[in-house]
Amino acid sequence: MKRFALTAAAAAMAAAAGGFAGNASADTELVIVSWGGAYSASQQNAYHDPYMKNNPEVSIVNDDSSSEAVAKLRAMNEAGNVTWDLVDVVAADAIRLCDEGLAKPIDHDAVLAPAPDGTPASEDFGDLIVSECFIPQIVYSTTWGYRHDMLDKEPTSVCDVFDLQNFPGKRSMEKNPINNMEWALICDGVDPANVYDVLGTREGVERALAKLDTIKDSVVWWTKGAQPPQLLADGEVVMASAYNGRLFAAIEEQKQPIKMLWDWQVFDLDGWIVPTGGDNEAEVMEYLKFATDTQRLADQAKYISYGPARKSSAPLVGDHAELGIPMGPHMPTDPENSKTTLLYNYEFWADNRDDIDERFQAWLLE
Amino acid sequence: MSYTTVKEAGLVTADGRSLKSSLARAMFRKKVISIGLVLPLFAFIFFTFMLPIGDMLLRSVENDMVAEILPRSTEALEDWDETSGELPGEAAFEAMVLDLQEAKENRTNTKVGQRLNYERSGMSSLFRGSARKAQRIEEGPYKEKLIEADKDWANVATWQTIKMFSGPFTAGYFLSAIDAKPLPDGGIEFVDSQRAIYSKLFIRTVLLSTLITVLTLVLGFPVAYLIATQPARIGNLLIICVLLPFWTSLLVRTTSWIALLQQQGVLNDTFIFLGLISEDGRLAMIHNATGTVIAMTHILLPFMVLPLYSVMKTIPPSYMRAATSLGAHPWPAFWKVYFPNTVPGIGAGAILVFILAIGYYITPELVGGTDGTFISNRIAYNISVSLNWGLAAALGVILLGIVLAFYILYDKIVGIDNMKLG
Repeated sequence: MKRFALTAAAAAMAAAAGGFAGNASADTELVIVSWGGAYSASQQNAYHDPYMKNNPEVSIVNDDSSSEAVAKLRAMNEAGNVTWDLVDVVAADAIRLCDEGLAKPIDHDAVLAPAPDGTPASEDFGDLIVSECFIPQIVYSTTWGYRHDMLDKEPTSVCDVFDLQNFPGKRSMEKNPINNMEWALICDGVDPANVYDVLGTREGVERALAKLDTIKDSVVWWTKGAQPPQLLADGEVVMASAYNGRLFAAIEEQKQPIKMLWDWQVFDLDGWIVPTGGDNEAEVMEYLKFATDTQRLADQAKYISYGPARKSSAPLVGDHAELGIPMGPHMPTDPENSKTTLLYNYEFWADNRDDIDERFQAWLLE
Repeated sequence: MSYTTVKEAGLVTADGRSLKSSLARAMFRKKVISIGLVLPLFAFIFFTFMLPIGDMLLRSVENDMVAEILPRSTEALEDWDETSGELPGEAAFEAMVLDLQEAKENRTNTKVGQRLNYERSGMSSLFRGSARKAQRIEEGPYKEKLIEADKDWANVATWQTIKMFSGPFTAGYFLSAIDAKPLPDGGIEFVDSQRAIYSKLFIRTVLLSTLITVLTLVLGFPVAYLIATQPARIGNLLIICVLLPFWTSLLVRTTSWIALLQQQGVLNDTFIFLGLISEDGRLAMIHNATGTVIAMTHILLPFMVLPLYSVMKTIPPSYMRAATSLGAHPWPAFWKVYFPNTVPGIGAGAILVFILAIGYYITPELVGGTDGTFISNRIAYNISVSLNWGLAAALGVILLGIVLAFYILYDKIVGIDNMKLG
């Protein structure tokens, strides 16, 4: 009886969904879950369209639910009815899904294509394979954008965010402790190498919050990735933390008076996981082999400024498909941009997120 | 003939049955038909709405994971006195090592670690790390080796947490939802105000929802009155004006409020143009509680106007005319005669707006900033980000309890029979 109710509900919904899906003309339908917007569009152009052209019997259906992927996969799994074939998630979620047995472990060398020079996939991806279930796709970063036309002086360091004297105006930060706490500690004089050691203590958390306190009244908090570029474009804030791809779109595609500040950008990864219990395993593996080969990953960078996760793809990154500008200098991994970087610490946040978040939310209410 | 025989014989219908049973049969047939007609809807609601909700709410007390994944340790810890301040004996350590080995095989060690991490941070990595190391422990002394694997096993609090949450049910989620924690000795302790968030959010949600309800009433009443008392042609036009925003997507309306109210927005620019405020004095009307109240009042206004209108439409204008012709001034006539007739509409509108407001999620998320978010935003966080479904369920149960409490209060003061939805 334990999970009877959810099973019954899911079965009812699946029956309803099946009624619609039944009409599809292709033999196999792959449901691929991603983040939507410009990001899904880049995958459509670089992976889905060429794959469907080569394999007319497969049709790919996009689902934009990645932001709730962990919760939804857990629910589908409990109901015993997994309807997704491939899911695009950030590395932290991939680790979690793998831990819970909701994602399949992958033998990277057996499933994925080697680099053109024969280097096995596991070496080509290298350290970016942070979990045995994770197939890295891109490196992105959370960094800062600012309105160069609204500030007298242009900021050069992330610590300028905390300097209201020289850089007056509102700033926008994500309404969650991740990244903000790290930046606060770095600007409070903590050696970046020890940030997570300090943050692991109560005093460290208070120290970070005390630093954030100095600008608290001037912060507009964002919760969705689309918000900070919008706030910058509207002139609501003079600087904002945001995903580098979103800032790229605002600067280069929409020609907004915004510039990037790469100082202490926080690197993170995004990639595929294969949910356990999906129906089309053979087709998914074939698709994966195609979509993560060296050329395809380099192709994605034509449409969005996220760095390919394969070493062998980096030299192939060319110009933007529509704007025609070289994409290299816009990548978070470009040497010019990555002089100071912080790698998101998955283990630390897996352990401490709930605790620090509670303190952070209470601090927001103070 | 005695009285009893008369009753037994009774009245009979043409086919020889007693009238009573014949009547009962006819009634029964009617009942079956009406139940049969309602049954599909009832089954639909039961399976897709009530069962999943009940199942979700059960999670607020359900706690079988620890005992299921760590059965030997749960048993071994039963004899251990958790208030003694000493570590459990060798037997408990042995049981834990065996449990960890098995859990690692089944890939359940991180699950239980995550569950316990809600109660004590660090448990997640403790279970992930030491399960791997426990696989290499083949013989005793288990205590020494497990502590060697991770020194957190030498911490009494680790074992206290495991024992405290090894029962089949837990009050832990409900305690977290009111900013408290259970103590090993059976008592509870409220967390310091630096970490208390949920009680503040509950109070804020109720206060702001009440404010929004009052504002919709104040703004909606005259509008409904106007619509109800105008000739049909103008009335219909006005009702369209009320319905048009009602049909527009919630997200669109919320975003247009952002464009209107933000500091570089339309309203602030207009104020500056009119010379009401200076360039430096731009008003902060959004990303705070003000923004939430303004946007939600607008969005929920139709839910107040429509029930009010439907009630006012049925109040004959002759009542007011009668009152004034009997010598009442317009205001007392309105207050003593017209207004009491609108109470069912006010009741329906108020309860509708309040219940919708108290569970609102997307608007506070987008325009609420730090002091304009609601408890539902935390529920959403616990459902989709921290995956603490037990806590989300407990918060949901409390929210449901608050709504029911207001409903009962409303029934006591106004009377639910007075409510009229249309």
